[in-house]
Amino acid sequence: MTTSQIIKQNQTGAFDVEIVRKDFPLLKRMVHGKPLVYLDNAATSQKPLSVIEAIDRYYSEENANIHRGVHWLSERATEAYENARARIARYINAAKPQEVIITRGTTESINLVAFSWGWKNLRDGDEVLISAMEHHSNIVPWQMICARTGAKLRVIPVSDNGEILLYEYRNLLNPKTRIVAVTHVSNVLGTVNPVSEMIQWAHENGSLFLLDGAQSIPHMDANMRELDCDFFAFSGHKLFGPTGIGVLYGKFALLDEMDPYQGGGDMIRSVTFEKTIYNSVPHKFEAGTPHIAGGIGLGEAIAYLEKLNRHAAEIHETNLLHYGESLLRQIPGVRIIGNAKEKAGAISFLMDGVHPHDIGTILDQEGIAIRTGHHCCQPLMERFGIPATARASLAFYNSREDLDALAEALGKVRDIFH
Amino acid sequence: MSDLRDLYQEVILDHSKNPRNFRKCETANRTAVGYNPLCGDKMTLFLTVENGIVTDASFQGSGCAISTASASMMTESLKGKTEKEADELFQQFQNMVTAPMDQEPDTEALGKLRVFAGVREFPARVKCASLAWHTLEAAIHGESDEPVSTE
Ligand SMILES: Cc1ncc(COP(=O)(O)O)c(C=O)c1O
Repeated sequence: MTTSQIIKQNQTGAFDVEIVRKDFPLLKRMVHGKPLVYLDNAATSQKPLSVIEAIDRYYSEENANIHRGVHWLSERATEAYENARARIARYINAAKPQEVIITRGTTESINLVAFSWGWKNLRDGDEVLISAMEHHSNIVPWQMICARTGAKLRVIPVSDNGEILLYEYRNLLNPKTRIVAVTHVSNVLGTVNPVSEMIQWAHENGSLFLLDGAQSIPHMDANMRELDCDFFAFSGHKLFGPTGIGVLYGKFALLDEMDPYQGGGDMIRSVTFEKTIYNSVPHKFEAGTPHIAGGIGLGEAIAYLEKLNRHAAEIHETNLLHYGESLLRQIPGVRIIGNAKEKAGAISFLMDGVHPHDIGTILDQEGIAIRTGHHCCQPLMERFGIPATARASLAFYNSREDLDALAEALGKVRDIFH
Repeated sequence: MSDLRDLYQEVILDHSKNPRNFRKCETANRTAVGYNPLCGDKMTLFLTVENGIVTDASFQGSGCAISTASASMMTESLKGKTEKEADELFQQFQNMVTAPMDQEPDTEALGKLRVFAGVREFPARVKCASLAWHTLEAAIHGESDEPVSTE
């Protein structure tokens, strides 16, 4: 869709998925002789042509190192990169662009907080609180820093429906809780956690709150000043941008207090062998030459989202999720894992007598891409007593036809196994 | 295009639904745990080896149709084999599931196990088929208590 088409759509308030799909070149391709049905958006999303072109344009016309050169090209590249930062900051309603640190992705963002903030602030006996539905990237960095500081990792349990048990959360919060790190939306269960309330409780308890936004920002507003979280992490590649780029949002005062955990070029103000003075926020956390094209690509992805009627897109996605769940429930032997009241993005399911891996292979032959396995959430799999799930995950460019194809192919799975 | 019927042959489906030798063996003198981190498949293999001959083989665990059927058929084929013969079977099986499509690997000794030849059309599933066999190698040769991993 051209910009003018999107604007026209915005004016009418409608959401036409067929028009939107035209912006994503990869969705046109065939797989195993069948039209691709892409239902693996929680793993990574497809990219609109405007993002692909922006990256191409950067390398064809503007490529230079940033923050370093006096020459014209370097100034152009620096400007493009910093414009992307400003655009991201505006999109998430940060108080200022400096609150946006550009990283490699959610994983690096969480590691940055664990090692920069955690190393300085965690002491023997302190507690870090996470939930039972965290991705490994919001578990392992905390385990690592806890092992080094003597802090203790504690876990908020999850109900059979896949919801965080709020009364348990309340009980776990105590004066030793220094930080709470929880996902906004579960990549396995699709649960949307009641984070506003959770953040408020943490703050009342004197604890900081890190929100893992990897699976929320592709589906809903991520308004930093409204959410009031202290840190927010997300990945560009799940937000219709390139891989290898992501964001850590942090409240300025906190970032200003923190020391960097990586040293190198760009993050310093002055270096002698005796003493190094760090650069200001955000640059002190961005050592070395960054993924410039990636940053520009992510800025362009956000420009695309700004033009989309996000409200209509959200309604479309919610309808799709309900439609998909109702189709799956009609198939004998299919059980949905994760039945929270509030869900977004993902439907995990099991089929009696068929391992998810076999479902994945059979669906693939039909051109349908889903993910099967533990989804980097082994403790959550253990909680539900299952080795793996099959997961269909959505983006706004998915259609009812995609889900019809999924349901039909699951019929074939049954035929093979029964 | 690869054909699902090459992968999910009747024999394989049968063994996956009704795995043979699916039991714990208290008297086994060689055991090993195999793990496929990608899909979470896990199995324990129990071997009884007397005078260099496998007299009993059984397994337990959870896995997909391919890995379950592979373990089931492997345990059936091992009984009565010497350790050396078991090694040769492992080699031939490995060659069969990993050989390039334009080559005809030697499958002489494999017998019924040849039904797994179709796996090589599905590169993502080769590890499922070979998990039991890597576990076998660990049980025969391994000294480590660490589970063997297909990664
Ligand atoms: C909830 C959640 N957190 C963190 C991550 C890690 O993201 P990345 O691999 O892009 O760093 C993912 C991605 O799979 C995720 O779903």
